[in-house]
Amino acid sequence: MTSGSTDGQGLKRHVKKNGLIFIVLLIGLGLTLLRFTCGIGAVTNLSDRNPWGFWMAFDLLCGIAISAGGFAVASAYYIFGRKQFHVYVRAALTTAFLGYFFEVIALLYEVGQPWRLVFPFFLSQGTTSVLFLVGLCVALYLMVLSGELLPALFERLGWRKARAKAVRLAAPLAVIGAVVAVIHQSSLGSLYLIVPSKMHPLWYSGLMPLFFLFSSLFAGLSMVVVEGMLAHKFMRDCADDRHARDADRAVLACGKGACLFMFVYFILKCVEVAASDNLRHLSSGYGAWFLLELAGGVALPALMYFIGARRGRTGLIKAAAIITVLGVILNRFNVSLVAFNYNLPAAERYFPSWMEIAVSVFLVTLLVIAYRGICSAMPILRTHEDHEKEIR
Amino acid sequence: MNRRKFLSLASAGVVAATAPVNCRPAAAAGNPEAAGVLHDSTLCIGCRSCEAACQSVNAAILPKPENYRIPEKPFYDRSVLATMRRTDFQRFTVVNRYDMEGRRPVHRKFQCNHCMEPACASACFVKALFKTAEGPVLYRPELCVGCRYCMVACPFFVPAYDYDNALNPLIYKCTMCAPRLASGELPGCVSQCPEKALIFGKRSELLKIARERIAESPEKYVDHIYGEHEAGGTSWLYLSPVPHKFLDQPEVGNEPASRLTSGILESAGAAAGILSFLLGAVCFFGGRRKSGAAEIDGARASDGGTHKEVSQGDKEDGQ
Repeated sequence: MTSGSTDGQGLKRHVKKNGLIFIVLLIGLGLTLLRFTCGIGAVTNLSDRNPWGFWMAFDLLCGIAISAGGFAVASAYYIFGRKQFHVYVRAALTTAFLGYFFEVIALLYEVGQPWRLVFPFFLSQGTTSVLFLVGLCVALYLMVLSGELLPALFERLGWRKARAKAVRLAAPLAVIGAVVAVIHQSSLGSLYLIVPSKMHPLWYSGLMPLFFLFSSLFAGLSMVVVEGMLAHKFMRDCADDRHARDADRAVLACGKGACLFMFVYFILKCVEVAASDNLRHLSSGYGAWFLLELAGGVALPALMYFIGARRGRTGLIKAAAIITVLGVILNRFNVSLVAFNYNLPAAERYFPSWMEIAVSVFLVTLLVIAYRGICSAMPILRTHEDHEKEIR
Repeated sequence: MNRRKFLSLASAGVVAATAPVNCRPAAAAGNPEAAGVLHDSTLCIGCRSCEAACQSVNAAILPKPENYRIPEKPFYDRSVLATMRRTDFQRFTVVNRYDMEGRRPVHRKFQCNHCMEPACASACFVKALFKTAEGPVLYRPELCVGCRYCMVACPFFVPAYDYDNALNPLIYKCTMCAPRLASGELPGCVSQCPEKALIFGKRSELLKIARERIAESPEKYVDHIYGEHEAGGTSWLYLSPVPHKFLDQPEVGNEPASRLTSGILESAGAAAGILSFLLGAVCFFGGRRKSGAAEIDGARASDGGTHKEVSQGDKEDGQ
């Protein structure tokens, strides 16, 4: 009896503690129902002139950029043999897997007839479309990521032989994953190559595929750091001592990597603006916004990374990581919502409805819950004994 | 334009290191002898007969005006001309009136321009949109996933979407009355135009007519046939007494959409090949030995494969 009442109290405390999450989930479920019974128009501000909105910008462009940490860290560790990244490998792969998985979930909301999403693969291949390449990469990379996480699953299940086989696949999968992810990240930039007349010249560039690739690399590495901070703060129960001990080394390594990619990206951006006839646009409102994105979202955190990495100050690197992630989110919003359709009159421009944002918040909440669940069930932030033997 | 193409190729090239990139002519290149329509806005009086005709010949696809979810004034009411309307899921064409100081208002007809190399068809990842040899750009609704990339891609903002349909939302756009053309009839709008402001014919012939009209009365027209080169050329062509940008006919550049992405798509395969070779090489001969390999060899050991371990060791010595 007594234990029953304490359980009841526990539940109550749980509801109280997670009240906000319950509200988000309730609203999200309601909007999901509305979306699939009354159509996209019932929950979004999309129009015939603005066919892609907040979901495309946030769930897809930002989500995938941030998920790049998976292939960045896996490549650094498995291909380039950078031991420092070890503590982050599985965490980054898990995020990438969930990022891509929830991209597919978001697509179910985003496209008009989600039950036809298999058509491009099996029924009619539109090979002239960049979107076809994007879809192909998403499907392939999801499979690769599941393969890369198999060792963790088998450790959890205690299947030692299967685990040993899966571990041997790690390096080849890392190579395939890196290739697919590079193509995918750059092709997200290529999506916008087709609209030179609709996009502001400061953002439109033949180099967009490269911009998207490099920015995803530093966004991904930064997100791995941010995620490590969050895990350290809120998910200590899922992590072991090794994770806490080795984290600083990994933070430093991520900072160095991100700094390098940001340097390349920054130079590319500057050269592109100077070489094209775009310097004159810099004095306009769009120009100021562009400079803010580049200076605040790239140059500043890159400098912080540089100083942090040289002096070994992880605090500075962590701050830089947060700014970088926000900077890349700003960039993706600028490309897909601010620069796109820039020459339409103000009344015809798009602004998201609260419901679109609420659905995205709902999906992110589900992602975080799933991440927590996976980390507490599987050895992601802690090292399994079988694994421990190998990395000694 | 060349620079842009160069950059997109260069950008692919950097990913691919040294990918052999050659841009083939777009697969969907239009047939110059295909059908088209010429709209001469100096003759258009904004009677909306074309709108009415379009609705009635497309009654199978489009709702009747009295059933419009977004109500509109009946076709004989010309007061709507001044409000800037566009095509949507209830109508394939609209006529807008542009009032300009010191001259008679100009009417502009809006519908799908049926590009020679359509951006929508190039962007569609299920080939639901395609250019026919006869001229029209057509849509197969049974394939459409509803990604709306065609709407993003179209430089003229033509494709419209039925956002409020939960079960079968589709793209809506003019078909140039392809079924009527097949049976030797004129497109609905052309057949009902009382002022002959719309002429149907071979695109090459229409261009000739348009050039003649400009040459005969240069004071009447701006010296530009909108659609001759725009977006690689369109099947619909327009003559105007004022610069086309005043009629919401945007400057879209002359490069066909398919050329903007074909380079990057073709080099993606080469990029994948070269990248996997390089990364694979690093993986095999390079840094992997330091860490990932230890993990993998450890797995081998715990797998009980002592023999394999020995052979692995031999290989290492050999290097």
